[in-house]
Amino acid sequence: MASFWDRSSFWRGFRDGLPFVLVVGPFGMLFGVVATEAGLPLVQVMSFSIVVIAGAAQFTALQLMADNAPTLVVIASALAVNLRMAMYSASMTPHLGALPAWRRALVAYSLVDQSYALSVMEYERQPEMTLAQKTSYFAGVIAPVLPNWYLATLVGALVGQSIPDSFALDFAVPITFLAMIGPMLRTKAHVAAAVVSVVCALLFAFLPWNLGLIVAGIAGMITGAFVELRSENKGMA
Amino acid sequence: MSESTTIWVIIVAMGLGSFGLRYLFLGVIGDREMPEWVLRHLRYTAVAVLPGLVAPLVLWPAATEGQPDPARLVAAAVTLGLGYVTKNVLAAIFGGAATLFLGLYFL
Repeated sequence: MASFWDRSSFWRGFRDGLPFVLVVGPFGMLFGVVATEAGLPLVQVMSFSIVVIAGAAQFTALQLMADNAPTLVVIASALAVNLRMAMYSASMTPHLGALPAWRRALVAYSLVDQSYALSVMEYERQPEMTLAQKTSYFAGVIAPVLPNWYLATLVGALVGQSIPDSFALDFAVPITFLAMIGPMLRTKAHVAAAVVSVVCALLFAFLPWNLGLIVAGIAGMITGAFVELRSENKGMA
Repeated sequence: MSESTTIWVIIVAMGLGSFGLRYLFLGVIGDREMPEWVLRHLRYTAVAVLPGLVAPLVLWPAATEGQPDPARLVAAAVTLGLGYVTKNVLAAIFGGAATLFLGLYFL
């Protein structure tokens, strides 16, 4: 059996993933608190975080359940919030598609914003990485993140109290995402994609089910590809 | 259907659906070659999704009931700038967080 273990890549991923515990912790706790207050028993609160692992989708579902929305609407809306995961999956495929199916399933299960963004950044920075190194880096990133998501949900559900608002932890998510976006802006094409994404996300924020983000994502990808192609052609001329 | 059963249905459907979305391409395409134009688009996935994800959170924070907040705007700009210049995610996170707390205190 081929080995997918590369010790130094794993620990590099682990180190890079570690700071995201600061986001996952408060966010998971908040979900535990809110879900418990909504009347869910502990086993359901935990099942949510373990089965779904997608904070925004989980909060969407809770909100709609509290509003007594029909079950199908709850499911469809929460999944729409997660549509971007399909884009992440596509983007990871050239890097990890050669893994055996069950390992791809494990990667898919743990594909969240943080593990996706950090891994893809690392793969682009070091294009010569082997499959084992890429896999181990990804595993390293999720190693501190996932267990803490479960644990934080549990603590929130049991303690029933989240971190006070004065800590402004609402902004932990934007800050960590912005910190990852900065280094990603390597070329004109990347910058153009990001700018178009922001403009479209704001323009289409009125769309239901978070679909504005999908519009922004597709528009951004097309922009990036277009600018890349154009600068390549210029380079050849 | 009892309320508890309904919630289980929601949890299981969301779990399967989320996994399905995450496995969609990894599972179906696997290591088959993708055409160059598709790969060209996929190279920009991260940079096309994440900025769109944070932009509304930065501009219309829930904590201030959607009102733009100077401390958060400045912190966002500092985080992005530090990340861009240093290429160091950690430095950007801590610089941005420090800016946010200073801003909330002084602004």
